[in-house]
Formats: sequence, C-alpha cells, structure tokens
Amino acid sequence: MKGPKARALASIVQFENVGLRYGMGAETLSDISFTLAPGAFYFLTGASGAGKTSLLKLLYLAQRPSRGLIRLFNEDVVTMPRERLPVLRRRIGVVFQDFRLVPHLSAFDNVALPLRVAGVDEGEIADRVGEMIAWVGLGGRASARPATLSGGEQQRVAIARAVIGQPEMLVADEPTGNVDPDMAARLLHLFDALNKFGTTIVVATHDMHLVSRVPSAAIMRLERGRLEDPTGALRYPPRVPA
Amino acid sequence: MNLPFAFTAADRRLLPEGRAAGPMPWVIAIMVFLTVLAAAAGLALAGSARALGDQIAGRVTIQIVEADRVARNAQAEAAVRAARALPGVATVHRIGDDEIARLLEPWLGPGGLELPVPALVDIDLGDPAALPRLKAAVAAVAPAARIDAHAQALAPLRDLVGSLRWLAGLLVLLMAIATAACVVLAARAALNTHRETIDVLHLLGATDIQIARLFQRRIALDALFGGGLGFAAGALVLILLAGRIGAVGSELVGSVRLEPAGWLALAAVPMAGALLATAAARLTLERALRRIL
Repeated sequence: MKGPKARALASIVQFENVGLRYGMGAETLSDISFTLAPGAFYFLTGASGAGKTSLLKLLYLAQRPSRGLIRLFNEDVVTMPRERLPVLRRRIGVVFQDFRLVPHLSAFDNVALPLRVAGVDEGEIADRVGEMIAWVGLGGRASARPATLSGGEQQRVAIARAVIGQPEMLVADEPTGNVDPDMAARLLHLFDALNKFGTTIVVATHDMHLVSRVPSAAIMRLERGRLEDPTGALRYPPRVPA
Repeated sequence: MNLPFAFTAADRRLLPEGRAAGPMPWVIAIMVFLTVLAAAAGLALAGSARALGDQIAGRVTIQIVEADRVARNAQAEAAVRAARALPGVATVHRIGDDEIARLLEPWLGPGGLELPVPALVDIDLGDPAALPRLKAAVAAVAPAARIDAHAQALAPLRDLVGSLRWLAGLLVLLMAIATAACVVLAARAALNTHRETIDVLHLLGATDIQIARLFQRRIALDALFGGGLGFAAGALVLILLAGRIGAVGSELVGSVRLEPAGWLALAAVPMAGALLATAAARLTLERALRRIL
C-alpha cells in the first residue's frame, strides 16, 4: 500500500491542512500538515506566540480545528461525535503549561485522577500512584495540596499525572520550565523511558539545550502559526524499520 | 463507552465543598416545609370533605311549622309514619319537646316563654335517592312540613372545602416547580464554580455522565438534607396545630385532621423532593456539559 492511506495507517497522528482560528480573529495556526509515527519522540519548538500551545490543544483534543483533517489513532477526530472523545483522551497523557492541578486535591489524588476516571481498582491506584509520586521525588509530600507545593513540585505532580496511565501518546507543554536542571534531566529520562516502551512523545519547548539531549528526536518548528517542514520529513516521514 | 466511576471516598473529594454548603439545602428546606404544610392542608381538607359528605349525605330534618299544638303533633306523627313506611329510609327519630326545650334554653330561658316551636323529625336516608319520595310522602300527610336536606344546606361549605383542597394541590405543584428551578440554578452555579476541575476531568477522559454523577450525588444529598429538615419543621408545626384544633372543640373544625395515610404521604415529600432535585440536576448538567468539547 502506498500514498496517504499507507501513511495514515503507519501514523499515530495525521494533520492535513489544519487551520485554527479563535472566534473571528486571524488564524492562529495555518496549513499545518504533518504525521507523527508511533513510538517516536518529537520536540515542538518556536518562539512564544508561535502557536505551540494551540497545536498541542488540537493534539490532546481540547480544541477542534477550524478547518482541515486531523486523525488520531486512525480516527477522524474532526467529525467524531463528542461522546467518543473521552475514550481517545484516555490514550493521551498531557502535561499542561499551567499544570492545571485540582486545587483542593492532594498531590496523591491529583496523580490518581486518570486512573480513577478509567475505573482502576483503589488498591492498584495506591500502589501505582505511590510508586510514581516517589519516583518524581515527592514521596514525603503526597498529601500536600498544590497551593503548598513549589512551582517545580507542582510541575512534577502534573507530569506524574500525565504518565500514570501509561498513555500511548504523551503531550507536554514546556514540562521543564519550572524545574532545576537535575530534575529536568530526570524528567527527560522518564520521557525517554516511556518512549522506549512505545509511547509517542511530543514535547513543546523553547529550551534548545533540552532538545539537544535527545539526539534521536525529530524537531517540529512553528513560525507564526505555520509549521516549518522544508524537507517534508514531517509530512512524509521516513519509514521506521521494524 | 462509559467506564464505571464508582463513588469512592476519593471520588467524592473531587468536589471540594461538603454537604449543607451554600444556600441550596436551606432553600430546599424552606420549599419542603411550605410544601408539607400545603400538602397537609390539602390532605386534611380532603379527609374533612369526605367525613362531612359521609355524615350529611343522607341526613334530613323535617320541621312541622304549625302554631296549633294538636295539629302540629298530629302532622309530626303522620310524617314519622309516612317516612317509616318508605323504602330507603334508615332511621326516623322525632325529637321530643323536652329535648327541643333543652336545645332552646340558652336563648329562650327555662320554659321557653311558652312560644310555639316547630316539631322536629330527624331522618337518616339509607339511600339519598329516596329524598324525592320522602318529600312527596311527607307533603301528602303534613302540609305544614318543611324538609331540609343537610347536603343541600351545607353544599356551599363543601364547595369551599373542595376549592381549598385544589388550591393546596396547586401550591404543592408550584412549590415543586420552584424547587426544580432552584436546583437548576444551583447546578449551573456549581458547574461555573468548578469549571476548571470539569475541564481537567474532561481532558483526562472523564465522560459527561461521570462528571454529572458527581454533581448529581452532591445535589441529591443536599436535597435530602434540606428535605429532611423541612419535613421535620413542617411536622412539628402540624403537631402543634393539631393540638390547637383539638382545643377548639368544634366538630366541624375537629374534622380537619390528618389520617396515618396522610402522614405517610407527607413523609414522601422530602423523598420526592430529592428525586425531583436529582432529575433536574441531571438534566441541567448533561445539557450544560454537552456545550463543552
């Protein structure tokens, strides 16, 4: 099989001529076309205001595009009835730029949220969340509420929440913005480990030092709402050998 | 596909405020209190109307208005005989002169000033349809007879009681509508208050039903709490009122009372309120959540 259909089958995400406009304003994203291969690692870079967060919103289904085609996990999410979106969302882990922790829940309960939404048994939740909280270095602060955590600690809770459900795709918006270099290295190591287990990783960042630490990652660069893909590698990625 | 979302203690913590938070439980308590009073009035008046109907449906009084004592007695006896001879007449009782004098004593004093008073005959009709036959038979033997059917005399009172009963039913209906409207507003306010949490839950893959259930459960608990409080206050007022009504000593006023079945119906008001609140909350929440991606 060749052509767009073959590419769609080999991809976890496919964008075709996607545009996004908020209200009646100018397009925030224009003519975005790319495909993401399953199990690959991507950095999304660009200056502030280039549209990175908007692109990620389309990826984690917080927004529908104004035009174009988006396929996630081989499903057309533009025309998909909203009742079917939750099932797809459970396959995506998200680290929000502003963390979006539930303020009245403890760090433990925040991390446990995706598992509770998915109906996982409380015993299993206790084991998995305890382990994850310890891994991100917050073992002693599991019962702390977000307001009492530092920015870096909140970010680690947000990351733990995003990965606890072992998502097929992890989308992270500036995940290392508030953590020290050592923690940033550990988080990148976590993303890398998840990636090795087959999770597709998309990290939006303007930290080029971070980008340089994952040499195998593909780089997507947004410039004023348009995706730079001069070689066409994003739109027509080379076939990954099995 | 809707995955299970059991209400563990952890799930319940997703919404921060505890029960009886905000004005909704208290508003529902007031609504249920007023509904209990209106429903009690309706039920008691219905019982009273029924009792009144049973008591007076076949009751007839014949007055022989004749100044001449001999003729009055003769016509009274003839009327008694004619009534007893009719089918459908259960009892016939001529009220004796002594009894009439005793009844009139508060107004006329001892001895009744020797005034001629009508002879009275009390009749209970086993079959109210026998009234026309009774009238014809008595008129034939006692030209001075006046026949008063109590059902006709008390018809305006019975109509008034019926109207009040309908009014009470209307009040109950209006209270139910107001309660539902209150719940709708509370559900919308809760959604606005917790919009951030809802957005996060949505993005983590929670379905509308999962989110709606969280709010619905809390609103149902608030409604049960408010309903229980309103019912308790209403029941207390009714018990105190029953004591006052008993103290009046009037047969008519005393007939306005709640039977055990009425109390059971009132006890169902808070439960019905909680069910109504839950249904209203569910509909409101699902409609509001559908507007969010």
